Amino acid sequence: MQSQSYHRLAFFGLNSSMRSKAIIRLLFAVSAITWLSLALTDISIVLSSVSNIKTDIPVWLPGIILNLFIVTLFYYYKLKIERDEVLSFVDLLWKVFATGLVATVISLVLRLVENLLGNTSLPRNAAYQDFVYLINLGLMVSFLIMTFTVWKRLILYQKSKWLLRIWAVFEVGLLLSLIYNSLKLPLVDGVFWTLFIAFIILGLILSGNLKWVAYLNFKQKWTSLLLLLLTIFYLLYIVWTNSSSVQMVSELIPNASKDFTDYRIHVFILSLIVFVGIYSVFSFLVILFNLPTTSVFEQKLEEVVNFQRISQSIQTEQSEESVYNILLETSVSTVFADAGWLEITGDNPNIFAYRISDKEAHDIVHHLNANHVKGILDQGSDKTKNLSKHLASLKGSRYRSILAFPIYVKGVNIGTLALLKELPDSFTKEMTKIVSTFANQAGISIENFRLMEEALQNERYKEELKIAKTVQKSLLPQLLEKDNDFDITAFSESADAVGGDYYDTLRINDHLVSIIIADVSGKGTTAAFHMSQMKGIFHSLAQQDIDPSEFMKQANQALVYCLERGSFISATFFVINTQTKKVKYARAGHCPVLYYHAEKKSIDYFKDKGIALGMVRNKGYSNFIQTNEFEYRRGDVMVLYTDGITEAKDKKNEEFGYEKLLEVIREVTEASPKEMQDHLIKRLYEFSETENINDDYTTMIVKFK
Amino acid sequence: MGDEANEQRVNINFYKTLKTMVSIKRLQEDGIDFIMVVGEIDASSSIELDLTIAKSVGEGHFKILIDCSALEYISSAGLGVFMSYIEECKDRDIKMVLFGMNEKVANTFSILGLNELLEIAKDKVEAKQMVNGI
Repeated sequence: MQSQSYHRLAFFGLNSSMRSKAIIRLLFAVSAITWLSLALTDISIVLSSVSNIKTDIPVWLPGIILNLFIVTLFYYYKLKIERDEVLSFVDLLWKVFATGLVATVISLVLRLVENLLGNTSLPRNAAYQDFVYLINLGLMVSFLIMTFTVWKRLILYQKSKWLLRIWAVFEVGLLLSLIYNSLKLPLVDGVFWTLFIAFIILGLILSGNLKWVAYLNFKQKWTSLLLLLLTIFYLLYIVWTNSSSVQMVSELIPNASKDFTDYRIHVFILSLIVFVGIYSVFSFLVILFNLPTTSVFEQKLEEVVNFQRISQSIQTEQSEESVYNILLETSVSTVFADAGWLEITGDNPNIFAYRISDKEAHDIVHHLNANHVKGILDQGSDKTKNLSKHLASLKGSRYRSILAFPIYVKGVNIGTLALLKELPDSFTKEMTKIVSTFANQAGISIENFRLMEEALQNERYKEELKIAKTVQKSLLPQLLEKDNDFDITAFSESADAVGGDYYDTLRINDHLVSIIIADVSGKGTTAAFHMSQMKGIFHSLAQQDIDPSEFMKQANQALVYCLERGSFISATFFVINTQTKKVKYARAGHCPVLYYHAEKKSIDYFKDKGIALGMVRNKGYSNFIQTNEFEYRRGDVMVLYTDGITEAKDKKNEEFGYEKLLEVIREVTEASPKEMQDHLIKRLYEFSETENINDDYTTMIVKFK
Repeated sequence: MGDEANEQRVNINFYKTLKTMVSIKRLQEDGIDFIMVVGEIDASSSIELDLTIAKSVGEGHFKILIDCSALEYISSAGLGVFMSYIEECKDRDIKMVLFGMNEKVANTFSILGLNELLEIAKDKVEAKQMVNGI
């Protein structure tokens, strides 16, 4: 219901607010007019009554006009106060006070004028007295209805279904009593008193709703007390003025009982006076008695706010440090600690101190340790501890109470929060509980913060990988050397994580071509970096006719200084001599060459020795590498590859393996290198049954002509 | 204090490695430090292998036997771990012998040429003889 009306309000925004403003003005004008007509009719009736002249104005008319006046004022204040969402409790009380003040001042001015007039005949004039009475009556009614509307808001601050129902009965009953009043039924005492007492009882029941008082802070309570006291005073004064005024008028008019508007027989006004009075007194007393406990309530509220601050700090704060600061600050302020510190251990040890020097903090820690107080302020402490008794023996320190809390992130103690007080035994159980909640929440915040950092780091790492991948791709040659004696083709595809597969060709002279295939251990940027080093080494060493084992020795020597511990590069280096139709090669820990002898129609792996580059980091490497040589014939095929191919896995976690590689190549020995390559790749994907390869696939196929 | 922290870390690592299909256990027998590697060693689990060997070396063991009979797969990163201890073992006169590896794993070692740099035995008996210098 409410949300719907809010929605409508928002929808018609400006329009409706303008309209309601216009209505408020109109209601004000109408109430002013009704009051004027009330004054006119009533005074003329009084005049004629005094002069014993019959008038044309019926005697019941002023009563009806008064009720109209009441109804317009009722709606005027209803619109003005009930709809205003921004008003605080004190603002509301202030409005009541201001209205009361205006009413009282006007009434006082009238009294002053009367005093000034002194002995003249005017004050004895019934019409004048009636006029004064009607002004006072108007002021009182305004003040009462205004206060009634405000009290309604206060009573309905935290509403329940029943409260709303009782209020509705009360309000509708009051308005219906106006009709009863307008009818000027012969005054039956029974009905009057029944209604009056019913309204008083309802008013009393409703006056029990004073929840708003709890939400006032200390200062607001004092302000409210003052405003309420003055409101009660105004009420008393206005009621007294009116009763004396009505007394005077009734004395001046012969037929007093029916010739003027007497509020004393008006149920609505009387009930309102009683209700407003009762609620004012109730509020005043409740606020007064609530004063001593206000600080507790405020403290609880502050704890909630502090708790929120800590839990929200993760979203707003830029660093762990600010979370620590907030934790220390809120803990200190919540328990009214005189000093405190937050010691963070771990990678970035830090100490956050509040009103205490680092030295003093260290002294206290030292003192506690010296006294063999187990498990305090050290990493082993898993419980919150009240260590007050141990401080008593520390000389030179003002502090006599200490409370320590461990802070955990993912089950790891990352620090200690210590709070100090000068008075002995001044930490209560509640304080311990709330600060331990803070400490836990701070731990969660830090954990979240670290998770977020990690996610960011991952994001950065992914970005880095992308760059590494681009670098790696660019290191591979766009074109391979061409020769009349052989066809060559290469393929390389890398998994998400960048590998370090490398192949290249370089022409030494018209009959010598060098070829390399290499695999850098590890993945990521370092792999790409080592790969670029390997490319540099290849392009500098393979410029001239170099013996393959010599190439490996020099490459090893060069790499020793840049490969970190545990990293190595496996490589096979070939020099093809098209003049002698011989190939010299050296294998440094790389996958063995798969060779197809066209003449013998046999296919096999070369068996030779050689250990990977970077594994032996001294001159002794030459003992572990050898140059091999073979002669090639037309139709021979040399298949080079990296371990990503042989180690490719299927769904059953079986490896592709050397056997299968051999079989797959055997199927297509007569095809061109490109066709062989395509066949191999196709088989590889069929085998792994997935598009997502988990390693790098690199092959290089050389077919001799 | 430092040792305790190390012990804790190894324990934590032990549980962590279970998830990554590898578990590394250690036990001392006849003055020999046995390291049992069960499962697969890839780039991530090689860190645990490294830590375990580092601890063994750090504790001053001179005879280290690595039981590879339950090692199903080893990646280049895992090989790199063994490789990185070759020189240290030589310098400090530590005997480190691997034994019991299956054909596939042994092939991986031999392709890289690590079989020439590391001491590799067929079985535990042979490994013990090698480590005791018989």
